[in-house]
Amino acid sequence: MKRTITLALLLILPLCGWAAKETKDVDLKSNNPAIEARLHVLAKELRCLVCQNQTLADSEAELAIDLRNEIRALLEKGLTDEQVVDYLVQRYGDFVRFRPPVNEMTFLLWFGPLLLVVLGSGLLIFYLKRLPSRANNAPLSDAEHKRLDKLLSEAKED
Amino acid sequence: MLRYLIPLGIFALLVVFLARGLYLDPHQVPSPLIGKPAPDFVLPQVQDATQQIARKDLLGKVTLLNVWASWCVACRQEHPLLVELARTGAVNIYGLNYKDKREDALRWLDQLGNPYLVSAFDETGKVGIDYGVYGVPETYVIDRQGIIRYKLIGPLTEENLRDKILPLVKELQG
Repeated sequence: MKRTITLALLLILPLCGWAAKETKDVDLKSNNPAIEARLHVLAKELRCLVCQNQTLADSEAELAIDLRNEIRALLEKGLTDEQVVDYLVQRYGDFVRFRPPVNEMTFLLWFGPLLLVVLGSGLLIFYLKRLPSRANNAPLSDAEHKRLDKLLSEAKED
Repeated sequence: MLRYLIPLGIFALLVVFLARGLYLDPHQVPSPLIGKPAPDFVLPQVQDATQQIARKDLLGKVTLLNVWASWCVACRQEHPLLVELARTGAVNIYGLNYKDKREDALRWLDQLGNPYLVSAFDETGKVGIDYGVYGVPETYVIDRQGIIRYKLIGPLTEENLRDKILPLVKELQG
């Protein structure tokens, strides 16, 4: 009996933690559907810094919820989408954007693959151009002609 | 000879890049606020809700602004170091109590010691957002003019205090 009660209490224990969590942050949805729609688009372009590989739209981290609510408030105030992104970049840096902007820091990131393609095709062309010079294009000598004829007639006989 | 050297060279380069990648912590996102004025704030104090603490109160001296919360495990880990640092009086330490409950915060200070001159009570985390806080604990080094000089993400340790933060504080004080 004692055991059953202990077990029951242990089973209830996690629920207490869950209940405490419920009282914490929640998304305060806006009454204006246009704002919710804009938030939805924006949040997909922004990174949750707690979970890093999730967008603000996907994340349930407390900071992500806070930031979504903050973005709602900014949109209600009449800020444009760019201004909202700038607001977050000023605080969290370019890392907060899922699509990094093109600047001197991210130049290699954006154009590195292109550079590799150019470099690779350059090398390939250089290599291919050298190939014909290695092959022997000189006309066949008399001895070679004879050998070739012999080989061809042998092949016919088979 | 060259046909062996080229792949070997490419391999060595790859090793260098991958080894570097192993030691980069993706959670250490460089703050865009370094070298910029610390964001303005006016908040109630943790220990006295009727009193306020503002950015202007931090000016004039080199300060550490330590973001902490009673629910934060790593804060508990770094706390003894902060208490010790406060005892030496090497630098002014202010706290930013982030998304906490006042009673929990008070109990924490009571039980573990209070290294802070004042802790600001940021219940909603709004000031935290202005400071780009995303992983408590975080510690900012702010100079006399109120410019953020350094930001540590994660707990203070003896190493980063000795090697980075205290030398920087001394330099800024000098």
